[in-house]
Amino acid sequence: MTLEEYTDRFTGMLNFDERKGYEGYIVHSERLVEFARTIRDELGYDYLSSVTGVDYLPDEQIEVVYHAYRSQGGPGLVFKVQVPRINPIVPSLVSIFPGADFQEREAWDLLGIRFEGHPNLRRILMWEGFHGHPLRKDWEEPYFEESEKPFNSRWPEGKAFRIEENKPFKKNVQYPPEFTPDGWIPEADTALYSGMVRLGAKDAGNGRSLETDQILVNLGPQHPSTHGVFRMVVSLDGEEIADLQPVLGYLHRNHEKIGERNTYLMNMPFTDRLDYLASMGNNFGYALAVEKLMGITPPERAEYIRVMMAELTRIVSHLFSIGTLLNDLGAFFTPMLYALTERELILDIFEAVSGSRMMCNYFRFGGVARDLPEGILEKVYELVTERLPRKVDELDTYLTDNEIVRTRSIGIGVLPREQAIEYSAAGPVLRASGVGYDVRRAESYSIYDRFDFDVAIRHNGDVYDRYLVRLEEIRQSLRILQQVVRDIPDGEFQTGKPQYQVRVPPGESYGRVENPKGELGFYIVSNGKPNPWRYHIRSPSFINLTAFGEMCKGHKIADVVAILGSIDIVLGEVDR
Amino acid sequence: MGDDLNGPEYQVPEELRSHITITTLDRIYNWGRRSSVWPMMFGLACCAIEMICVAASRYDFSRFGMEVMRPSPRQSDLMIVSGTVTKKMIPQIVRLYNQMPEPKYVLAMGACASGGGPFKEGYNVVSGVDKFIPVDVYVPGCPPTPQALLNGLIKLQEKIDTQSIRTVRWYKREASEPIPIPILGPDLIDPRDIPILDAKRASVVKPDVPENS
Repeated sequence: MTLEEYTDRFTGMLNFDERKGYEGYIVHSERLVEFARTIRDELGYDYLSSVTGVDYLPDEQIEVVYHAYRSQGGPGLVFKVQVPRINPIVPSLVSIFPGADFQEREAWDLLGIRFEGHPNLRRILMWEGFHGHPLRKDWEEPYFEESEKPFNSRWPEGKAFRIEENKPFKKNVQYPPEFTPDGWIPEADTALYSGMVRLGAKDAGNGRSLETDQILVNLGPQHPSTHGVFRMVVSLDGEEIADLQPVLGYLHRNHEKIGERNTYLMNMPFTDRLDYLASMGNNFGYALAVEKLMGITPPERAEYIRVMMAELTRIVSHLFSIGTLLNDLGAFFTPMLYALTERELILDIFEAVSGSRMMCNYFRFGGVARDLPEGILEKVYELVTERLPRKVDELDTYLTDNEIVRTRSIGIGVLPREQAIEYSAAGPVLRASGVGYDVRRAESYSIYDRFDFDVAIRHNGDVYDRYLVRLEEIRQSLRILQQVVRDIPDGEFQTGKPQYQVRVPPGESYGRVENPKGELGFYIVSNGKPNPWRYHIRSPSFINLTAFGEMCKGHKIADVVAILGSIDIVLGEVDR
Repeated sequence: MGDDLNGPEYQVPEELRSHITITTLDRIYNWGRRSSVWPMMFGLACCAIEMICVAASRYDFSRFGMEVMRPSPRQSDLMIVSGTVTKKMIPQIVRLYNQMPEPKYVLAMGACASGGGPFKEGYNVVSGVDKFIPVDVYVPGCPPTPQALLNGLIKLQEKIDTQSIRTVRWYKREASEPIPIPILGPDLIDPRDIPILDAKRASVVKPDVPENS
């Protein structure tokens, strides 16, 4: 059944997006909720991958873009809502796709789109009280120079200056003209605290149980088990968790605003710093999105090199993740040392190939930056056939049947199958809940359709299963790598001549890859200029956190860090 | 201990050489401190991963007496600011710094912590942690390699070696003032800037007020 058959039901409210280079449907905001319910219940698009907004300043319009997929796999459905730029109001889809929760809050925070019916529409990345919505095209940051790079002011010789010298406070700050610091009362998280579920009062007065006091505990942002600057507010009933709210934004470093000033190529090193444990995976997603717009495909050898790097990255990331999970379970640093030893060997390969251990910046549009250095294939071959399989088995022997690991993780943080899809969970979190959704298989990109590998899947959806899925994914990655090393052809590593300034035709594209943390998507809107008009990142860690509160409810406070460790967040990607 | 601690002024009898060392108070004090710099377990961003690598087996900074990473600022001597300092995070960083007991040191790891790095122009990014807290050692790189961080830590040890009990700030008569904690207003407010902010506002507003109305 196709969508066209539904146009009758939505007469005049559902139109094909006919702009050149665009795809999908434009839905009138009045019928959005109904449309979303239709595609979920009748057409099977049950997985809302990405929600974001675009500020079309010249048209005086704001557009909210939704990407929905079927959890069985296959191509997606793009639909959009257009509202006027001044006071834009869009109905919230949280009631139909709870996974839209954080993404709508982000769109409110950064673009000022009000989602009607959202249960908790507060700022998420910036703090309450911050002035303005930074991703609006007419909002200028304190260090604003020009709207596009390269900055002409920096171009002629002898004009080098430090931007802070020109600023009144010598700092990266600006205040509204009428602002007085005297009367300012900083936001004390009162809205956040008062919104927390309170359990203590529920048994009061029935005489059967003691009334317990409710305690609010703040974990983070400085906490050794939060994997960075992540904060969560936990409401406790005794030792049990009544409610949990993640507080994000402590590492919000404005990727998207900077990315929209940058040229396309300039963004490549910035993508490295998203999920900084999987830099080349991020490169891959961004390169795919831009290549889709440009309509080019990399040569064979480059594809093989890309897959090789992406899979090595997956191993690195999963090793690190298993190490930190064990840290969080209380096995402090010893399993981590085992994992890091192997990670270093792969980082050596990255350093030889790209010149950097972590921030590789190796992919280019239409290929990779340079060819593999001599002797590196032999090294990879030895690693993926000899050493790593042995070491993964070793980790397996030490950890999988360990009694403490099992008791601390089996049955903890359960995310049932239906909820995992509803909350748009991705990657190992989704697959541990029994959904065999892997972008490499579901909507195969690059040359993944050539390789023989299995999608790791488990069915209990708890911390233990997520750990097992990661372990299995390392093994599958090794399988892919063995095939890559066997089959890699000689030839070019770049389509055409390498360019500093690529020409990107106008249009939109959504490129997504299966990153170690889950589905990483890049939504790019080009207007034909050297800079992207919109550059949005659908980050898996960020969206996986939407279900975090649900997973924790009813568990003990000590399990929170274990559950967080099993989601495996990277703050660079959560906050961007 | 041994030869490198021994001051040259006093001769220790040959038979006591293995038991007795005569040295200056500064040297023994600095030797003790430089050999047990406890960093705070505090990661901000990408650089924190390299910091973890420095703690792991290949680079292993326990060789320098630094393996005891403390999760609490009350027990740590060194704050490694490992990553981008954002406006939302800086109040916490300043608070953590204030909570550290003297003597305390700060190492700005990587481009972001030193000066904003690639994200400097971002609206939520502080252009270097030294805008708020004093920094002892800057380590360049994005992220710095583990070797670079180790070199920075050795530089810090060298800095500790040059300090003297008579001049260091934590033995001064007057107690050192805590750094005022920044406020999250419509933008980040440094309390030390409030007088400038007021003056600026006064100079802007005054001409608008009609004298005889």
